[in-house]
Amino acid sequence: MMESPFFNKEVIPSAEITRKSWLLRVIPYLYDKEKAVTIVKPKAKTANRSSKQIRMENFFRSALIWIAAAMVVLVLGIMVTLVWQSIPSIKALGIKYLWGKTWDPVSDVYGAWPFLIGTLLTSFTALIISVPFSFAVAVFLGEYYPNGWLSNFLKNAVELIAAVPSVIYGFWGLFVLVPIVRGLESKIGAPPFGVGIFSASLVLSIMIIPYAASLSRELIRLVPSHLKEGAYALGATRYEVIKNVILPYTKSGLLAGVLLSLGRALGETMAVTMVIGNSSMLPKGLYFLFNPGNTMASVIANEFTEAASTVYLSALIELGLVLFLVTVVINMIGKRIISRFTNE
Amino acid sequence: MNTNTPINYRLAKSRAFKIVIIIFAFIITVPLFFIIGYIFTKGVTKINWTFLTHIPKPVGETGGGIINALVGSLLIVAVASVMAIPIGILCGIYLSENKRAKLAYWARLSVDILQGVPSIVVGIVIYFWIVKPAGGFSAFSGSVALAIMMLPIIVRSTEETLKLLPDSLKEAALALGIPYHRVILSVIVPCGISGILSGVILSVARIAGETAPLLFTAFGNPYLTGDIRKPMQSLPLLIFNYATSPYDDWRDLAWGASLILLLWVLLLNIFTKVITRKWKIQL
Repeated sequence: MMESPFFNKEVIPSAEITRKSWLLRVIPYLYDKEKAVTIVKPKAKTANRSSKQIRMENFFRSALIWIAAAMVVLVLGIMVTLVWQSIPSIKALGIKYLWGKTWDPVSDVYGAWPFLIGTLLTSFTALIISVPFSFAVAVFLGEYYPNGWLSNFLKNAVELIAAVPSVIYGFWGLFVLVPIVRGLESKIGAPPFGVGIFSASLVLSIMIIPYAASLSRELIRLVPSHLKEGAYALGATRYEVIKNVILPYTKSGLLAGVLLSLGRALGETMAVTMVIGNSSMLPKGLYFLFNPGNTMASVIANEFTEAASTVYLSALIELGLVLFLVTVVINMIGKRIISRFTNE
Repeated sequence: MNTNTPINYRLAKSRAFKIVIIIFAFIITVPLFFIIGYIFTKGVTKINWTFLTHIPKPVGETGGGIINALVGSLLIVAVASVMAIPIGILCGIYLSENKRAKLAYWARLSVDILQGVPSIVVGIVIYFWIVKPAGGFSAFSGSVALAIMMLPIIVRSTEETLKLLPDSLKEAALALGIPYHRVILSVIVPCGISGILSGVILSVARIAGETAPLLFTAFGNPYLTGDIRKPMQSLPLLIFNYATSPYDDWRDLAWGASLILLLWVLLLNIFTKVITRKWKIQL
């Protein structure tokens, strides 16, 4: 009989053989071991087992469904918790919380505007810095050198950038980047804080490059080769192919990559908290980019465990809620664009 | 395309563009190696036997180590993995088995949302779910927060891996009369095990360096403890707390701890790369 991990030998019972079984069981062994059949009496066990199997199967199927449903419940739970816990602050501060310009826990005045501005400034500066680099990586890996040790090296390096924990970026930024930025500031005449929105953006821009780069590379690879070949056949140069064929074709996908890295930048906490300076003032003046500031995530990280009054705590959670909604919307748009792109 | 411009000009432009692309592409490796090199040179001198086997000394005394953070990190990550791995894999199986079901659509959407949730928000939520009802910070709540962050990576990698398996595999097994759960657990999952495993390792690597959700959950603890109901130190927390402290001794500890954390995370990533060579999964 064939050995199979899935079958017991009990599967082939035979009622008539069992009656004169001992002879049949022994004789085949005498002349041919191959033909030896292990014969087992059909017991009530067999019938039980199949119903047990059915029970197992139903249990397995329902476990799968429950776990998938739990995933939905988990996300709904996160949303409900955030909304529920920010109700005190919504009641006390109302909608003007969003554009209140002062954040003063001592006199119980909370306005999220400085943090909204801080978050937007750091994220968009980081995006502007990182986009040329991530685009270059994507074009290099997707179009110029898709294979070979050099592109392997670059690919691994980009993956390593994504792998380094953010607290290490923050630590490094604090001790290496901040002094450099401070030197730069004193050179151009800005107040030499060192820590500030610009430093945070620099650290962030390094951290988010991998996300846009790896996505864009995949999309550039998806460009049908006959389009490119057609352009080459018409006498286009490499640059013209990239500009007139690849870019228009992958436009929405590249946008999605940028959006996903923006979502990443908005929610990034530790690295930003360590180098942004943690000041609740609105950035102002000519050198507003070099002012110390605060983002939504960093103010939560810094003040959450110190928040004594209910409204204070709740105001912080409302920041978390805003952050959650913004990142989720951005991520969803990005994912939607990509899935449409890859399905077409 | 402007064919009136001379060909030499166009070719030169193309060549210049290529050079710019190459320069920009390789500039980004500079900060990476700068960071890794800096952490190595700063950290390697701090690591010795005392560093690995002692708890941090109070301010003013030199020496001390990070054993509490090492043990804490390992414990918190281990407990998180125990929670996240089975749930993540089963959810991935559900998603790959039921592609068009209504529930699958919502579950997939939830996983997508979960992947985009900022880590600090997870920390807040777990604070209200576990820390507040339990009456205090605990390593267990930190593990739950990290488990939530692991889930989407594991689910995604499982789903993507299982999608790559040919249907005939499952059909053959079913045709032999094997019950459904055995088909999944003894045929499908073992076939995709390397892809699933790489997702698991990658998720461990991702959460090993997470700090933000631990700020309000595991909280940190300067002493060595193995009790997951108590606050516990972990490597990223120690780095964050000691890096921003004004004492040189503590900063030295943070440099050493950074090196260890970096090595740990990089090793896990390399490990994943070795496993996934066969599977082209996009995470």
